[in-house]
Amino acid sequence: MSPLLQGVLTIVIGVGGCVGYFYFANLILDKVIFPTKGPNPGRNINRANQVRPWLFLFPAIFALGLYLVYPVIGSFYRSLFNRAGDEFIGGGNYAALLADDGFRTSLFNNFLWVIFVPAGATFFGLLAAQLTDRLKWGNIAKSLIFMPMAISFVGASLIWKFVYANDADIGMINAVREMLGAENPVDVLQIPFWNNFFLMVILIWIQTGFAMVILSAALRGVPEDTIEAAIIDGANPFQIFFKIKVPQIMATIVVVWTTITILVLKVFDIVYATTGGNFGTEILPSYMMSYMFRDDGRATAVAFVIMLIVTPVMIWNIMQARKEMR
Amino acid sequence: MDNIAGQKSALSWATNIAVVFMVLVWLIPTVGLFVSSFRDRDQISASGWWQAPFSVELTFRGRAPVEEATQDGSIWVIEGNIFEDEEVQAAFSSGDGTVTAFGDSGRAPAEYPAGTVAELDDGQTLSVAPDGAYRFTSPEEFGRRGPRIYFAADTPPQFTLDNYRNVLTADNMDRAFINTLTVTIPATIIPILVAAFAAYALAWMQFPGRGLLIAAVVGLLVVPLQLALVPMLNLHNAIGVGQSFLGIWMAHTAFGMPLAIYLLRNYMVGLPRDIIECAKVDGATDFEVFTKIVLPLSFPALASFAIFQFLWTWNDLLVAKVFLPSSDESKVMTVKIADDLLGSRGGDWGILATAAFVSIAVPLVVFFTMQRYLVRGLLAGSVK
Repeated sequence: MSPLLQGVLTIVIGVGGCVGYFYFANLILDKVIFPTKGPNPGRNINRANQVRPWLFLFPAIFALGLYLVYPVIGSFYRSLFNRAGDEFIGGGNYAALLADDGFRTSLFNNFLWVIFVPAGATFFGLLAAQLTDRLKWGNIAKSLIFMPMAISFVGASLIWKFVYANDADIGMINAVREMLGAENPVDVLQIPFWNNFFLMVILIWIQTGFAMVILSAALRGVPEDTIEAAIIDGANPFQIFFKIKVPQIMATIVVVWTTITILVLKVFDIVYATTGGNFGTEILPSYMMSYMFRDDGRATAVAFVIMLIVTPVMIWNIMQARKEMR
Repeated sequence: MDNIAGQKSALSWATNIAVVFMVLVWLIPTVGLFVSSFRDRDQISASGWWQAPFSVELTFRGRAPVEEATQDGSIWVIEGNIFEDEEVQAAFSSGDGTVTAFGDSGRAPAEYPAGTVAELDDGQTLSVAPDGAYRFTSPEEFGRRGPRIYFAADTPPQFTLDNYRNVLTADNMDRAFINTLTVTIPATIIPILVAAFAAYALAWMQFPGRGLLIAAVVGLLVVPLQLALVPMLNLHNAIGVGQSFLGIWMAHTAFGMPLAIYLLRNYMVGLPRDIIECAKVDGATDFEVFTKIVLPLSFPALASFAIFQFLWTWNDLLVAKVFLPSSDESKVMTVKIADDLLGSRGGDWGILATAAFVSIAVPLVVFFTMQRYLVRGLLAGSVK
């Protein structure tokens, strides 16, 4: 069966199945299990209404539990076993990771990514949001800066190959260097340490639009009378921006920052498609992929390390969400 | 806010220039890819895409036909026009090339300027005029095959669709395009319905543990996908799904679920309480309230999630690499580009640019037509 036909069939079965499940489960609950006619209609309605939320939630909870909650435990459990999965080695995989230079490099690089990518994207996003705010063509400018959001990490990596290429007739950086009189082209992706930053530029380029859209909405939400008051008091535009606007949108800046931080810890595509992790550019997600299909024990151990790094952000997010709900 | 006092026109100039600069920086890499995808492959490697509208100096090679060698006193001479050579004619169909330089070895194909007489090794001489007329002399008889002549000539800019034809017909890229669509569409549609019911329950139904569940969804938003790869692939193998389209649909559906529930719940909570309570007073059940009132009113949120999920599944590399078979006929475009094209055709810039552009064209169209919903969804997701 061709995959396309299979796809159409899946849509039909999937959507039909969902609709059918919700409709009939609801019907059975009301007519068969707790009928509203016959004895105790009142008690039955109450009971049906207690069960119904779980009926609505069940498919989602099932999917979430199976694909996101179980793997946390499953991955941890698997990481305690050797490569073949038949011998319990306790912390052996973690000890091996710590002893591995590649792991330490990727941990360090990931640390750089986590600092510089959110910082860069938030900074440029804030800059773009503020600068385009009053412009007549601001919306066009915004949507052009926002555009890379639609581009895949692989596509973006390829796009930036035309900037970084080790050839003055392909890569713009080398073309500029040649114009300035440099003799030989350099491969910027092979310069130790700094090549990490050239890769980060790609992700910053993608994420700036996201930061800009959210921060721009937040800037619009800053009460105008605070700004007017500052103007009357003689504040210059920079003071208005840094001392009036930024403090008032600080909460949003933090949200943007953490969202991008989480993303950074998941993205392996850019490193994979540009350097393949060579030249000292490995980060944890790409390091994990180098073990995937080869050594499940190691791969799950790396994944669990990523989980540990994410956990503080996760707890903070949950606390924020609970605060908002109250 | 256009006329607030304290706005200086000098500042507004600076703002305009800064924004123009920023937009250019953000746009230029993509434009480069776009322009490159239409250029002739020889021209791509000969000049940067920013020089695409100008003629390019490319090097060619021909062969002086040894049959036409004549003896002139003690030396052997071949004369002719290099543009009449068969190999060269393939590149100059119009026959209006201009030689700028020439040479006799592939290592230095443009060693001597056109019109000069070059003294080669062994007492040979070669001269090539700008119009292509050449004269090759040698003190000894030429070998069995005529000597090579290398030259550089200006070629007019050439824009072709050849790259697109190559990408879409050869290389299985057409297959990859269909595979991407096949993965994306069910993986976008199925989670919406499942998540919408759950979001309604979390927004408008009272039951114990609701707060806890919402907190769990917020927490699951950030669980790294990497954790799920090994255990779920093992599970898929154990239950017979294996690496298949069915597997990737299930995976994408589940991975998109936290965001879907979170976005939809945030939106549904904001719907006017009156409408829902009135409906309930009038005897509507939760099921009816959901299907007849909440679902239609939530259309903007549904649309924005659908766009997110579409972009995410279309652009995904990680899940496709793990949950789809690695055989060529089931590769999606991102895998195809990252694993095949970047590896084996790393130097073929025309093919790379075109493949990348084919893969980003659909998301770009979706992005520019549905941007409104995308922005709204982003805002619902992070700003209260």
